[in-house]
Amino acid sequence: MASNSSGSGSQGRAPQRLRIIAGHLQRPVDVDATVSAAECKAQGGEADVASDGKSVPKRRQEIMKWNGWGYSDTKFLFNKKGQAEFTGKRYKLSGMIIPALKEWMEGTFGTNMQHKSLATPALTRTAVQPPTLNEAFVEELKSTGVPFSHDAEDRVFRAHGHCLHEIFALREGKVGRVPDLVVWPNCHNDVVKIVELACKHNVCLIPYGGGTSVSSALECPQEETRSIVSVDTSQMNRILWIDEKNLTAHMEAGIVGQDLERLLNESGYCTGHEPDSMEFSSLGGWVATRASGMKKNIYGNIEDLVIHVKMVTPQGVVEKSCQGPRMSTGPDIHHFIMGSEGTLGVVTEVTMKIRPMPEYQKYGSVVFPNFEQGVACLREVARQRCAPASIRLMDNEQFKFGHALKPQVSSMFTSFLEGLKKFYITKFKGFDPDCLCVATLLFEGNREKVLQHEKQVYDIAAKFGGLAAGEDNGQRGYMLTFVIAYLRDLGMDYYVIGESFETSVPWDSVYYIFRVLDICRNVKARIIRECKDKGVQFQPFSTCRVTQTYDAGACVYFYFAFNYRGLSDPVHMFEEVEHAAREEILANGGSLSHHHGVGKLRKAWMRETVSDVGMGMLKSVKDYVDPNNIFGNGNLL
Amino acid sequence: LSFSILVKNEEEFVDVLEELMHSGDLGHALRTFSPSPYNGGPPCSAADLPKAVLESQYLRYVIATEKALSLEEVREEASVILEEMSQKLQMGFIRLMAYMLSKVLKRILTGIHVNTEGLNALKQAVQESPVILLPNHRSYLDFLVISYVMFTYDIPVPVIAAGMALSKMRVVGEIISRSGAFFIRRAIGSDKLYWAVLSEYVKTIVRKGFAPVEFYVEGLRSRTLKSLMPKLGMMHMVLEPFFKGEVYDVTLVPVSLSYDRVLEEFLLAQELLGIPKPKESTTGLLKARKVLQEDYGSMHVNFGRPMSVRHLCRGKINRGQYNLVPRDLPQKPSGEVQACVSWLAHLMVRMQEEGALISPWSLMASLLLQAPAAALTEHAHEHTMWTPFSPGKVPEQEVMSSAAALHHSLVRLQAGRVHLVQGEEDEREDPRRPEEDVTKAAVPMLMLACYRNQCLHVFVRPALLAVAIHVTKSVQRDELFAFFCFLRDLFANEFISIPGESSQDFEEACVLLRTCGAVHTSEQEVTVSDVGLEVLPFLQDLLQPFIDSYQVMFRYLCKDGVHVVSEKQFVPAVRNLATKLILSGELHTHEALSSDMQKNVFSALRRLETLTQLKLNEYRVNKAAVGQISDILCESDDLVEEHCYLVLTCELKMRFMPLFVFTAPTEEPHGFSFLFSAPHRW
Repeated sequence: MASNSSGSGSQGRAPQRLRIIAGHLQRPVDVDATVSAAECKAQGGEADVASDGKSVPKRRQEIMKWNGWGYSDTKFLFNKKGQAEFTGKRYKLSGMIIPALKEWMEGTFGTNMQHKSLATPALTRTAVQPPTLNEAFVEELKSTGVPFSHDAEDRVFRAHGHCLHEIFALREGKVGRVPDLVVWPNCHNDVVKIVELACKHNVCLIPYGGGTSVSSALECPQEETRSIVSVDTSQMNRILWIDEKNLTAHMEAGIVGQDLERLLNESGYCTGHEPDSMEFSSLGGWVATRASGMKKNIYGNIEDLVIHVKMVTPQGVVEKSCQGPRMSTGPDIHHFIMGSEGTLGVVTEVTMKIRPMPEYQKYGSVVFPNFEQGVACLREVARQRCAPASIRLMDNEQFKFGHALKPQVSSMFTSFLEGLKKFYITKFKGFDPDCLCVATLLFEGNREKVLQHEKQVYDIAAKFGGLAAGEDNGQRGYMLTFVIAYLRDLGMDYYVIGESFETSVPWDSVYYIFRVLDICRNVKARIIRECKDKGVQFQPFSTCRVTQTYDAGACVYFYFAFNYRGLSDPVHMFEEVEHAAREEILANGGSLSHHHGVGKLRKAWMRETVSDVGMGMLKSVKDYVDPNNIFGNGNLL
Repeated sequence: LSFSILVKNEEEFVDVLEELMHSGDLGHALRTFSPSPYNGGPPCSAADLPKAVLESQYLRYVIATEKALSLEEVREEASVILEEMSQKLQMGFIRLMAYMLSKVLKRILTGIHVNTEGLNALKQAVQESPVILLPNHRSYLDFLVISYVMFTYDIPVPVIAAGMALSKMRVVGEIISRSGAFFIRRAIGSDKLYWAVLSEYVKTIVRKGFAPVEFYVEGLRSRTLKSLMPKLGMMHMVLEPFFKGEVYDVTLVPVSLSYDRVLEEFLLAQELLGIPKPKESTTGLLKARKVLQEDYGSMHVNFGRPMSVRHLCRGKINRGQYNLVPRDLPQKPSGEVQACVSWLAHLMVRMQEEGALISPWSLMASLLLQAPAAALTEHAHEHTMWTPFSPGKVPEQEVMSSAAALHHSLVRLQAGRVHLVQGEEDEREDPRRPEEDVTKAAVPMLMLACYRNQCLHVFVRPALLAVAIHVTKSVQRDELFAFFCFLRDLFANEFISIPGESSQDFEEACVLLRTCGAVHTSEQEVTVSDVGLEVLPFLQDLLQPFIDSYQVMFRYLCKDGVHVVSEKQFVPAVRNLATKLILSGELHTHEALSSDMQKNVFSALRRLETLTQLKLNEYRVNKAAVGQISDILCESDDLVEEHCYLVLTCELKMRFMPLFVFTAPTEEPHGFSFLFSAPHRW
């Protein structure tokens, strides 16, 4: 039924990709002595649809890097021949040689294969502060039977997200304040018990889902003197029921994206919520940060998908009494929960909309002579409300970056075709290779409609000088999102540090000049200028792409990286530049965040973002729900 | 040999006219012109601009809200305005212009000295972001010379905001517009459509980086050669694209033009005395050919350091304020934006002043004016000035003689002494009224005052402090500062200072006076030194004509029977009073006759709310307040007059460090040095 690859043979790649992502993983056996386990019976368990083959073990470090992105078996490296290679078997790119990457890195960052800045290979346990345990809390916790651990590795793993400064410190073997204890609740009731105990003994709780935060949300506040307990929800990962009549499914909030989709796919359904971090990020995390998925044009963002949420707070459990599709009952309490970033409680269970899996999928891509034309085209597509499941526009730098990530072509024929295509676009059509940019597309639905839709979008693109550039380019564009995080680790091996950040901005057209365009240009220019002022020798890599379109605006994603060789305090400098870039975004009418959230990284701008009264509203909710600041991660407010 | 060579730093300046000798006029006009343009966007042609303006959301919005007329009519009107306004920059005409200018400029000027460093910086700046050229406005030649220089040095030729009057000149108007000028009506007032078309036109040029935009931030040609209070309308227009994030940055380049002798000098004085300026017309221009037979010495074009608006506005503006309204709709600028634009505009005027070249002649004019007017007319021969220059430079005699030769209509050099030429009584038969004599005598005095004004900005802050010290007789810093602020505020239209920076100005004055040894300063006190006893009176004397003239006007306003005034009636009435006082010997300066000063008093009093508006152009006089101001100033009237002869040495470098020595003339020059080095504040 799904991924019907009739015809062009490359449809249905998304589910296939998911299978590849998750397929090789097995739930490892618990070996750590400090972990005591107890099974928790899921309530309403009559439809415990699936609980096997989950991706995330308690001891994450067994399959994931403790100081970098993703799986331990997967990374970029330069092999003995000096060629870039992507190791492992998990991704389409795995095991392949990427011939152009080395040259691209040398050309873009001025890196040198001889100059390496390798990470500390393993965590020095002595670098980790001994845990400050609240004995009474621990004693009572033991009696509940909820597994916990105060092993150094476990604690360090839950003390960070994936901000540059967090990973940079880990690579240098530096560890700051880390949680004193990690607990693994197995179900909602476990969480209720943990929160009750925490309140009773005044222990600070920090919920932990997938650990993919890029807002310093998981960092332990320096000033926290109480014992800090990380509540890792990864073991609460069951789909409790699927309601085919209402097209909803009820899940425990710790389930990660890839498991959720895979398990639903087995029943012929999907949520369609695919944030770029979906391999690792959890449902609860999505709710707590107001996440957005790549295919939101069809399925909606998290706030459109959630029907019902259960959250455990110090004041008790908050939830709605029914599952009506819409209510007029005062301000929606879901909106206190969504985006609360772990400051009010732990999200334990969520009911989400589901859809039958799409019958047909097709990637596509369009090359535009320049970024301006590309943005104009995206605006028109949004205006006509005919955006495909996903439509993204990369700028010229990112287009070149994508090219550098092309794996070695296997046949002469493919390479000949590539050359021909390039010739056609640059010479025959007169596109300047230093200006052109590419939009990647993903269509979903029934076959006939997809083809119709595809034609409509390509027709619009043609009006803006766009040329269809094939499915491969499109697909590679989406693959890039999953591997780019691994690339940062490679860069860091060679003195390159980088980060991505995002914003949303209104279209706001002036004749044919868009605010979206202006913000892209200004932020990129600001980054380059700031780096220059701060003594960065090599011009930084500063690039952007438009990743989502809305009726009234777009989401813009920036990448920024530079060679820090010779700089005394690169992380500090990096943060200053990132700060300047955010100021620039705000000055140009961009939002503080589209989907990454505020955390502690962007807290300073919250007040100006939501006004004094708005801050007061949020504060008063926090004061009522959590008067003793049990959920004391210090995010948001 | 012109004396200005003495003042210039040979390495920094090149003479455009000298370069011309090598290429020849025609060769110059036909030279390959290949400037590196703005690289921030796709190139656009002059013809694209009106189209972009007419199709802009902003204009559509304004057109839609113009209720009185039908949509079509308004659109038609907008096209007409645009047609009338548009520059039609064409290379052919630039070349024609260059050819004609080469001919004319070579005839009247001995050199056009341009700072190469500034040229190079400008060349770089135009590639990086939209550039706004902000020249001071002293002569009709100003914008022609700038375009000419930019053409010569391969920099994109600017588009220039010019007064509508120029466009009405037949042929000439056309040539000017095809050389890049666009025309603006004076007194736009509340014509919303016109305002919209103009601002959208300007903003479009900035956004697209079509060409550098040039306008006079002072708004008008200065009739007194003194800087004018900046106008903010155009400034707002060129800055808005940056405020709204439509461009990454805007670069401001102040340009200082300094003339040894201004072509319009005679006309300026006449205008100031209320003799109307001839209307700009082509025939008028042809008649003015006589002007072209004179020698005007050389001129300096000093391109200031390009300044980033982004950098200047850091911390001054929250650009987020434009986020809640669509960018293309008109938005009333907030107080913060207005203050920032005003600050920038004032800053630019100050930068122009700093970049201006001070000629020895200007200093000579200052000294000549310090001799009491009455004495000058009666015993001209006895008023003499020596200008010994430091060794190694051009001998002072040569400097003096070349200055005297250039300004032969004003001064004469005899036996090493400079004399004021007092219009030889052409013994005409018809007996004239004494009032006419006063007017006639005023012409050279006002010309002299204009040249003095060229250097006034260097002295004005210390001079204000000198007056404050003299009037308050105080040594207390607070007290002096308060009085300094009062003066600074009262004379805000005369001497441009940056709003909100009074304490910096005060500090600057203290530092300058301390550096030359005139005062001692401590935390609380400013005390006059022995040197100061000689220096301060000179500085006070510089301001005396202003103080005296203001007093005359206050006196008029305090008269019985004057309750309600309008500017129209104020100007001639004050002129009559001043004439009478000059005849009676009570008033020693002719500057009270200057309409510029009269208007400045009027606006100063309006600003101080001593004149309150009743209806359009009618103001009620608050006599008590005027009297009070007058009384405060009164203290400074009893100036000692012994210091009118001064010996002066000046050694000027480009960024002025005038060093001068003066002594009382009765003694031999015993040379204590008086060092002014204007600080580099930016």
